[in-house]
Order: sequence, then structure tokens, then C-alpha cells
Amino acid sequence: MNAAVKPRILIGKPGLDGHDRGAKYVAQILRDAGFEVIYTGIRRSPEQIVDTAVQEDVAAIGLSLLSGAHLALFTRVLELLHDRGADDIVVFGGGTIPPKDIPRLKEMGVAEVFTPGTPARQIVAAIDDCLLHHSVM
Amino acid sequence: MSATEEQVDHIKQAVERWNAGPVAKLLAKFPEQRAKFVTASDRQVERLYAPEAATIDRYAEKLGLPGEYPFTRGVQPTMYRGRFWTMRQYAGFATAEESNQRYRYLLEQGTTGLSVAFDLPTQIGYDSDDPMAAGEVGKVGVAIDSLADMETLLDGIPLDRISTSMTINATAAVLLAMYIAVGEKQGVPPEKLNGTIQNDILKEYIARGTYRFPPGPSLRLISDIFAYCTEKVPNFNTISISGYHIREAGSTAAQEIGFTLADAICYVDTALQAGLKVDDFAPRLAFFFAAHSDLFEEAAKFRAARRLYARIMKERFGAVNPKSLMLRFHTQTGGVTLTAQQPDNNVVRVTIQALAAVLGGTQSLHTNSKDEAMALPTEESVTVALRTQQLIAYESGVTNTVDPLAGSFYVEKLTDDLEVEAEGIIKLIDARGGMVAAIEQGFVQKQIEESAYRYGQSIDNGERVIVGVNKFTGDEPPTINLFEVPESTTQRQLDKLRGVRASRDVARVEAALAAVKQAAVGSENLMPPILAAVRAYATVGEICSTLAGVFGEFSESTN
Repeated sequence: MNAAVKPRILIGKPGLDGHDRGAKYVAQILRDAGFEVIYTGIRRSPEQIVDTAVQEDVAAIGLSLLSGAHLALFTRVLELLHDRGADDIVVFGGGTIPPKDIPRLKEMGVAEVFTPGTPARQIVAAIDDCLLHHSVM
Repeated sequence: MSATEEQVDHIKQAVERWNAGPVAKLLAKFPEQRAKFVTASDRQVERLYAPEAATIDRYAEKLGLPGEYPFTRGVQPTMYRGRFWTMRQYAGFATAEESNQRYRYLLEQGTTGLSVAFDLPTQIGYDSDDPMAAGEVGKVGVAIDSLADMETLLDGIPLDRISTSMTINATAAVLLAMYIAVGEKQGVPPEKLNGTIQNDILKEYIARGTYRFPPGPSLRLISDIFAYCTEKVPNFNTISISGYHIREAGSTAAQEIGFTLADAICYVDTALQAGLKVDDFAPRLAFFFAAHSDLFEEAAKFRAARRLYARIMKERFGAVNPKSLMLRFHTQTGGVTLTAQQPDNNVVRVTIQALAAVLGGTQSLHTNSKDEAMALPTEESVTVALRTQQLIAYESGVTNTVDPLAGSFYVEKLTDDLEVEAEGIIKLIDARGGMVAAIEQGFVQKQIEESAYRYGQSIDNGERVIVGVNKFTGDEPPTINLFEVPESTTQRQLDKLRGVRASRDVARVEAALAAVKQAAVGSENLMPPILAAVRAYATVGEICSTLAGVFGEFSESTN
């Protein structure tokens, strides 16, 4: 895929969690893979994240959370996207997410969940896949 | 050339001959596994280390004796022969009731101190019913809104005998005040309280993220706590200057020492500017470091940090009380090294890391549980983590002598090199105008981010092996019971908060908050009015929003 046509991705840290090593690392490997990446910084509300995503016309939002608040906060982001008519934005996530929550998150509409230790190339490939699949639909 | 230098020279020549002769011959047939060997922090490691003359010729200056300057060999003369480190497991979740039960369980199992984890709203100063707290109540720690919660949290725990460490930073003054108030209710006067508040706001801006106010007023709060405790709570460690989170965020071992001691320098400078005397407050400064898996580098890191800190306190600040020169520290094994894959392997990682902390002379230790890459730990996994410490203490034999790695050619070289590198980092911070300026410039954050990126890349490209992650991977999904914070937590906490708000003396609360505001606007010590507000059952959120009204709110700028 030509780097120039790769879409824009927002990496967001919803809620009060300050652990941003993973978010920054994923932002950088996506940049390395040719995506244009916007990183929100820590402690953003779901509203702030969705506002930025819509304003910046991103194709995907990656949410990173290590505080255990993922069910509440990922849900809120998805609701807000729906309210704004921005359901076409792909949402993926990562962090310390217990395996049993992953099916629930996927049912809610989270496309992919990357747990600690997922290799960079696997993340990039999965996001490439999601976006390709999504644009075909 | 001294006699030692001559001897060392002979040995070095022998090593050169050995490298050029038998080793070169062997390498031609059997090359080593890699062209370059490096530590976990990317420090190049040689095949063989030879003695250094300075270790003997400058022994007193470089190593000294345990309990004596420069404390390289430890802060107490007898170390673990006298008493083991404090086994202190960081814990807290849901409401005060559940956390109190976990503390009682841990004490029954043989922990020797408490370590309280607060939830994020408490750490940042939001009440559980604040919209900002949505989804976070009781998640990463216990929810504390008012003194009523703190009374429940510490119920049945004798505060004159158990020391308590509280991981609390932006809101440290409020939680310390609550601890003092619970002590009063138990009949324990403040001067008998033992424990530690983390109270290290600089590393929150750098790496951990639970700041609330801008740096200036935050540093003032810290100085106020130093001054107040020196007089009223003399056995409390007023700060735990933390490299742990800097390391978790991705720094190298040398950066962990360098940035942490640069933070320490900033706190000491602030307190001196506030008119305090170094030997009055410095004995209560404590530290907190990470222990990762590179055993020798980590053990050397603690030794290097002790030596460098002693020199800084003596030479830069003119401290003379030996207690002002001692770097006393808590250690936690590296959370970031835990893997979600093959979680049983984490027990082994934690063992190596805990051993590094003990070989490095830690004063207290938290060992992580195997399930913490996925969730808070279960009681069962916490017990194994605690047993790991007990095993090292009672079975490994490493505690029988003080500083057992001293004199290892490799460990002494690592100690020297880490000290030099860390000191260089402190000079960089000084050149940028000190730590607050360096943080505002984004310099420290960027340095850490770059180290984290290099480390991540070394795993992603396979240069660095993480067992079960990029090598020796298995197909089977982990079947492991994970701890869950009860779903009812938020509702129960909100009910309790509503009850407190309904039953307290509103006029007293309002007057107390007005006094907090007045002190914040002026320059009087904030601890007495905060303590009065806490006693009146003003909430963490009310006190912090009062302070934020005067101080403002800090927000991270991104690029």
C-alpha cells in the first residue's frame, strides 16, 4: 500500500489513566507504517476524543486504557460516535484488558483489541485489514 | 603507578593475551551467539571483566562500609542480618470495606507493612460522583471520598504499630490529613505515626499522569508537607521520590537514577527556598525504584544511586547529618515486564527481579503478581508473590552477608558506569534550568519515549527475546482466574458518599473550605486548614476543587 494514501488515525487515552507508554508506542509504529497519527495525550474525556476524531476526519480511533474502565469508556466513545453519525470510524483498543472482556468489547463494536505483548507488525496488519475491509463495505 | 595498579595492569595484559590467543582461536570455529551483548538498558557488556585498581586504591571513597558514607554497600551496618526489608504489597480496590479485608489478610500472611492503592479519582481529587470519575471508581485502587472511608479502610489496624505507605501525589496533603485524623480517633498521636506518602508530583508530569495543579503550587504543597511533618509527624517519610514510574514508562536504568535524583534536587531546592534547613527535612526523604530482570545491572543501579545521592547531598547541599545522605528506598518489581502470555512465567521473572532488589539493598519490597498484565491480582496470586519474598529472605542465603555482590569485577564496573551516566543526565537537566523547566520543555518525556521506542523495537525485531512473547510461544490460551472489581462498587460508594454529605455539619464544612481557600491564596502552611476540613468530613473532591479554584488545573500539552 502506498504510504501517501494511508488514512489518518487518532490514538486516544480516555478517562483518568496516565499510562501512555503503550499508546505512544502504537502511535509511533503506525507512523512508521505510513499512517498519519494524532495522539490526544492523557486524560481526555470520550467527548473530547470524539470531537477530535470528527474534526480531524480520522478513519480509525485507537483507545488505550490500563485502568480497568474500558467497558464504561469504550462504550461511551462508541455511543458518541453513533450520535454524531460517525459510525464509519473504526474503533480499536488495547491495554490491560482481561480476556473475558474482549468478546464483550467486540460485540459493542470494537473492531480489534490488542493486549500486552502483541507484536507491532500484527497490530499494523490488523489495522490495515480493518480499514480495507471497512472501506469495501 | 601504585602496587595495585601494577597488579591490575598484569591481569589486564593477561586478559588481552587470552582474548587475542585462545579466545580468538575458539571464535574462529565457534562464534558467540551474538556480535554484541547488551544489558536490558542497552549497555554493552564485555566478555570478561578484570579488577580495577580504584576499587582498592580508592576503596573508602567508592565503597566504604555499610551504614557509612557513601553508603554504596548499604544504609545500615548489618542490613538483613539485623532485620529483613519490609514486605509491603501494594493493594487496594473497590470500597474501603473490601480493601480493609485484603489488608487484614495480607497482615495475617506475614506482610510487615501496608501499601495503599487509591483509585484514580481519589488520586486526582475527584469525588466518586464527579462526572470525571465515571467508570473509574474503585478500579485501580480503593475509592476514598471522605474521612468516613479512611476510618473504614484502617479499621482494626493499629497505626502505632503498622507503617503505611500511600501512593498518593497530587492529593497527598488531603490523604495524609485523613491518616492523621484516623490516628487521632484511634488514640495514636501524629508523632507516633509511621509511613510514607509518595507525594512526588514531578514524576506525575513526567510519567504517571495523576497531576491536578500546575507545578508551582504543587511544589508549594510539597514544601508545606515537609515543614508540617518535620514538626508534627516526624516519623513519616514525607516523600517517596520515584524512579519506578519513569522506568515503567520506558527509561533505561541510568535514566531512572538520573531523572529521579534530578527530581530530588528540585524538591530539596524548593524546600530550601521555603526557608527549611536541609538536615531538618532530608532525613525523611525516601525513594522508590523499579527492579527489572537484568539482575546485575539492576543490583548495581541501586548501589550507584546510593553513592551518587550521598555525594549530591553532601557536596551540593552541604548536608551533614548522615541520615540526610542515605538513599533509603522501596522497590517494586517491573510491572511492565509482566506478560499476558504464559502468565506463570511471571512468577519466575518476579523472583529474579526481587533478588536484584535484595542484592541491591532495598529497605522494602513489593513483588508483583503473575496476573497483573491483565487485571488486579487475586488473593491467591498475591500470596505467591509474597511467598517469593519470604523464600528469598529465609531460604536463598543471600541475606546472610551485607552487599554480597561487592567486589564482583562486573558489578563494580556497572556501578561505576551507571553512576557516571546518571550524573551526566543530572547535568543535562541542570543545563536546561532544572527539572521543572526540563519537564515544561518536554525534554524528559521525550528522552523516556525514545528509550521506550528502542526497547519496543528490539522486541518487535527479535533482537531481544521475551520468553512466551516473541520466542517459545505456545498456542493454548491462558486459562487463569482473574480478579474482578465487584460491579456494585460504584453504587455502594455513591450511597456512602451521599450519607456522609447528609449527616455532616454543613456550616462547619463551608467554614473549613473557606479557610483552605484563604490559606491557598496566601502563603501560610496548607496542612492545618486541610486537616480541619478533613475532620469536618469535607471530601477529597471539595478540598481539591477549592485548591484548584486558586491554583488552576494542569493539562498535558501534546504535539
